[in-house]
Amino acid sequence: MEVIVLLKQVPSTESFVGISENGLSVKTDDVKWVINPYDEFAVEEALRVKEAHGGSGSVTILSVGTEKAVEAIRTALAMGADKGILISDSAAYNCDGLQTAKILAAAIKSLPFDLIIAGQRAVDGDNYMVGSAVAELLKIPAITMVMKESIADRKITCSRTVEGGMVVIEAPLPALITTQRGLNEPRYASLPGIMKAKKKPLEIKSLKDIGLDSAGTGAPKTKIISLKYPPERKGGRMITGETAADKARALVKALHEEAKIV
Amino acid sequence: MSCGVLAIAEQVNGVFRKVTYEALSEGRVIADGLGCSLSVAVLGSGIKNNSESLGKYGAERILVADDAALEEYMTDTYTNVIAGIVTREKPCVIILGASSRGRDLAARLSARLDAPLAMDCVAVRLDAGNVVVTRPMYGGKILAEIMLEGEPRIIAIRPNSMKIAESQKTGVVEIIVVDKGSTDLKFIEKKLDTGKVELTEADVVVSGGRGMGGPDYSAIEKLAGIFGGAVGASRSAVDEGWRPHSDQVGQTGKVVSPNLYIACGISGAIQHLAGMSSSKVIVAINKDPEAPIFAKADYGIVGDLFEIAPLITEEIKKVKGL
Ligand SMILES: Cc1cc2nc3c(=O)[nH]c(=O)nc-3n(C[C@H](O)[C@H](O)[C@H](O)COP(=O)(O)OP(=O)(O)OC[C@H]3O[C@@H](n4cnc5c(N)ncnc54)[C@H](O)[C@@H]3O)c2cc1C
Ligand SMILES: Nc1ncnc2c1ncn2[C@@H]1O[C@H](COP(=O)(O)O)[C@@H](O)[C@H]1O
Repeated sequence: MEVIVLLKQVPSTESFVGISENGLSVKTDDVKWVINPYDEFAVEEALRVKEAHGGSGSVTILSVGTEKAVEAIRTALAMGADKGILISDSAAYNCDGLQTAKILAAAIKSLPFDLIIAGQRAVDGDNYMVGSAVAELLKIPAITMVMKESIADRKITCSRTVEGGMVVIEAPLPALITTQRGLNEPRYASLPGIMKAKKKPLEIKSLKDIGLDSAGTGAPKTKIISLKYPPERKGGRMITGETAADKARALVKALHEEAKIV
Repeated sequence: MSCGVLAIAEQVNGVFRKVTYEALSEGRVIADGLGCSLSVAVLGSGIKNNSESLGKYGAERILVADDAALEEYMTDTYTNVIAGIVTREKPCVIILGASSRGRDLAARLSARLDAPLAMDCVAVRLDAGNVVVTRPMYGGKILAEIMLEGEPRIIAIRPNSMKIAESQKTGVVEIIVVDKGSTDLKFIEKKLDTGKVELTEADVVVSGGRGMGGPDYSAIEKLAGIFGGAVGASRSAVDEGWRPHSDQVGQTGKVVSPNLYIACGISGAIQHLAGMSSSKVIVAINKDPEAPIFAKADYGIVGDLFEIAPLITEEIKKVKGL
């Protein structure tokens, strides 16, 4: 089983993300970089798929990013993935989702694969689109927000989360799936894993190396015109009272009279 | 610029999701701003009669694709059908709800049509004929204004963020013949709890965290129930196995924007705040006066949730005359 994982390096969820002076980009100097949490599930699931198929085939990590993203790929290799490919090109640094998908799809065209696993979203831009877009560009089926999958007879059967429950869908391989929390618990990279990862193949490629020029990715179709912090929530009023019943009464009074919600 | 706004309705068993009305109402505002018409596409099986009602949210034309093969949402058939409608109608804007289904469709459509997409929009404005959307990024730590360039501009709106407005207009239903194209996906089954109020659409959400101490959520279920609201959870509560993953609110769970969010026994970690800080009013109940959640709550009560929550439920009953 040949599995490709689409992996993005993002600021950790607890990082403060500041806005640059120009108001158009974010400051990332003080940020702690991690594997996008949903892509960690993707790495774990890829390893499990490979294991479930007798360990044959390979798990390839594919990422578009700056050279810093090598760290995230190495972590995935330490978890057990076999090889990594980073597309790093200054022409690709400010890509929007659709452009990123075009780059990933172009890179995948020269790779063998049965299954591609992506995150449902990257927690930086929260775009929720690259996985589905890659599948469309490769003309393969995609099942998004998968909580459970199993593969038999060249078919993948997935439980996909939807509002109020679950839908079970089947797709022929090759296919792409995106992850949902609950799919698995990602393993930690072990010390021997980290040592081994240093020797695993990790290629860094330019857009030209994957046969793309700027015409191939097109112009960005989404343009940031301003970034702002959301209005800050100020801590409001502490409801006090002699007894718990007094507090409950005061709260409901406030919700009724001030907030006009009850 | 070609013109026309196309909304995409979302229905489950003939019942439209609330976000459909939000998309239509916002679509109406955009269409008026651009001086063009609003159509809505409804896909499903046996849905013609229900579709008429969409006219009152401002759609002049209600394009109904009624086909047994459209009974269940399948990414490929739905994308094929919508892409066919787009080719014929040439809308300049497509608007739909950023539900799990809406996001899936919007992303695939964006690649199929090579069209700009903004997911999870919380506001839309027109700027000299350009469409500018506001959408949260980095788990809501930043709000971005984005200009969409190229057509059709696909706008997926976050549920519960935009107003529903009824209009004087009445829509005309047109049954359309669709090309379903070829399909790969096969529907096997669905397991839906239709009685459950959907977290992302609820007006009131009451969430319980590690402070619940176990899987018995009855105290806050009663509180939520009195509002017809939904029950959510922190990730810790989900990790403990007390609540299903689908109840998790936060950066790696659902983002909710109800009118009222009541956090019970939740400390207020940044990842949790990412999922609920756009709620209109936040109430926190926590026994630790230093809990960070109080810094973000409009109203805070220091106390034991098992004592306070039932008392609040009783008080609300009184106010509501129940
Ligand atoms: C990558 C990543 C993603 C994450 N995503 C999410 C996410 O999506 N959603 C999320 O919620 N978390 C998420 N987290 C976890 C988050 O960091 C916190 O660990 C979690 O939110 C804490 O949950 P809690 O507030 O329920 O528990 P705690 O922090 O343990 O707080 C429990 C609170 O309950 C109070 N309490 C206890 N008993 C009572 C009582 N009887 N009455 C009243 N109060 C009581 C305590 O004073 C305490 O403040 C994520 C973390 C990471 C690293
Ligand atoms: N630059 C990238 N490199 C590799 N994979 C990516 C990249 N951007 C997005 N992805 C994949 O697409 C998923 C969804 O991302 P997004 O659409 O940006 O929210 C991520 O979880 C990754 O699996």
